[in-house]
Amino acid sequence: MKKNNYTLPLMGLILIGSMLITLSIGSVQVPIGLTFKILLDQIPWVVINPDWTVTQEAIIVGLRLPRVFLAVIVGGMLATAGVAFQGVLRNPLADPYILGISSGAAVGAAAAILFVNTANLFLAKLALPLFAFLGAILSLMMVFALAWRRNREAVSLILAGVVIQSFLGAVLSFAVTISGTKLRTIVFWMMGSLTGANWSSIFFLIPYLIICFILIYAFYRNLNILSLGEQAAHHLGMNVERIKILVLLAASLLTAAAVSVVGIIGFVGLIVPHIIRLITGPDHRILIPVACLAGSVFLLWSDTLARTIIPAMEIPIGVITALAGAPFFGYLLKKRI
Amino acid sequence: MSNVFELQNISFKYNETSILHEISLQIPRTLITGILGPNGSGKTTLLKVLSGIYNPSKGYVLLNNKPLGQYSRPEIARQIAFLEQNISTSLPFTVREVVEMGRFPWLKPLAPLSLKDREIIDYALNCFDLINKQDQIVETLSGGERQLVSLARAMAQEPKILILDEPTTYLDIGHQSMVMEYLRKWHNHFETTIIMVIHDLNLSSQYCDHLVVLEQGNIVAVGNKNEVLCEELIAKTYKASFSMIKHPVSGVPQFLPFFVD
Repeated sequence: MKKNNYTLPLMGLILIGSMLITLSIGSVQVPIGLTFKILLDQIPWVVINPDWTVTQEAIIVGLRLPRVFLAVIVGGMLATAGVAFQGVLRNPLADPYILGISSGAAVGAAAAILFVNTANLFLAKLALPLFAFLGAILSLMMVFALAWRRNREAVSLILAGVVIQSFLGAVLSFAVTISGTKLRTIVFWMMGSLTGANWSSIFFLIPYLIICFILIYAFYRNLNILSLGEQAAHHLGMNVERIKILVLLAASLLTAAAVSVVGIIGFVGLIVPHIIRLITGPDHRILIPVACLAGSVFLLWSDTLARTIIPAMEIPIGVITALAGAPFFGYLLKKRI
Repeated sequence: MSNVFELQNISFKYNETSILHEISLQIPRTLITGILGPNGSGKTTLLKVLSGIYNPSKGYVLLNNKPLGQYSRPEIARQIAFLEQNISTSLPFTVREVVEMGRFPWLKPLAPLSLKDREIIDYALNCFDLINKQDQIVETLSGGERQLVSLARAMAQEPKILILDEPTTYLDIGHQSMVMEYLRKWHNHFETTIIMVIHDLNLSSQYCDHLVVLEQGNIVAVGNKNEVLCEELIAKTYKASFSMIKHPVSGVPQFLPFFVD
């Protein structure tokens, strides 16, 4: 019980430490102390006598900092969505990627790029997450419709997710093939990448993270009592249907916003909540914030691995998370069912 | 003596199959009411109509003289605790965490537990002798212990009415009487109205005050247990042969089934 008081600040420290370390790692190594000084220098009114080169500052602040922040935000979003899906569906195997929600969001985003022709930049920017969200909700509805008859079984929901995911994957590949040059960038959606990180994409994602996180966290007690079963939750005075829909919408919106910027990155929402639950226990009051921070740490290190494991080459981050996540999924499948 | 529940002409259909037919019934306050009847007679459905999980297709339910539909979900949960058969948790919560969930209808969404909440949780844990097991994972406990955890959770809910669906099913005879003794103590201490579906005629005769007998969605008998429990009615309702004897200690009627060739 007591140990839970320390997990949140501890995870916060791990995250800050990870950010510092990963900022200094790359094709050009910058010592951590120097990285720290460069960062401090960015804060207004803090003046430090520069003993670093202009190139070093450009690499840390211009290239790596936005990328690190993007990993932190997207990791937090995906892990929070995973906790929410697992809690509300009472299914330990639920994850935005496995349920096909990420693929739905990617198809929606692709549709926005293909069919929304507007010179208005603002509208174009708005259309992308909106279409991604619609795609995510549609795929969620299809998964439910498929799994409806046996929705008490954990596996049938996951099987329905696999069906939808492979179908939407084909739709996405088809769109890429026929669209020629316009959609070549879509390929990156299917494997996920943080290469395009910039400050505007970060500021675009932050409100989604904050609003959806608060919405999900506000229902932490409801997610706890839901583990007793929907009827028991109903008897405890929870408005089960309404809250389930709200949390599912918030989790889908988190997924859609993340996918519309970085593409499909799988398994974060599966691995992170499971490991964190072993440390904090299942109470969502503490699980949700710790898992959110841990998701950031996980994606940060995955991305660092993706950009450094092979010199002068970048591996799609989705490859890294799937290499870790798919065996983990197999292990859970074997253990639970 | 007043009634907690009043049912007027309640019918309930599930997928076009009629399960309850125009039932009218009053359930007295501060008594232990047992609902008896063969499998498929509509006992559990009746409980779910009482607790507002099922909306009757006809008729209405009054809770404290006010239609059940006029209460909000949390308002009902502050009055009625409902214990289903075999509750299990899908996540590894501890005994204390599960009992804490009973406070749900009394808590504001993000508010932490107050001192009073903690005292109520401690009290419930103590009542069911769970205080030493409070940090254990519920799923690692035996069926009887888990039933006690569910009861402690219901007690933390501070209900005026406790509804139970077969609280002794799947328990051995020792745990059966243990659960019933705990219930009787609870009832005597808080004057809680208890309504339970119970399969075991002999337990119902020992622990209930008031009995309702259902058969195929109709009420065939209702009243004081000594009026209801007669050989003829039980034999007819359960379509089996029984000998009725007096319990050697308490003197209440007990039933022994036998075969007739």
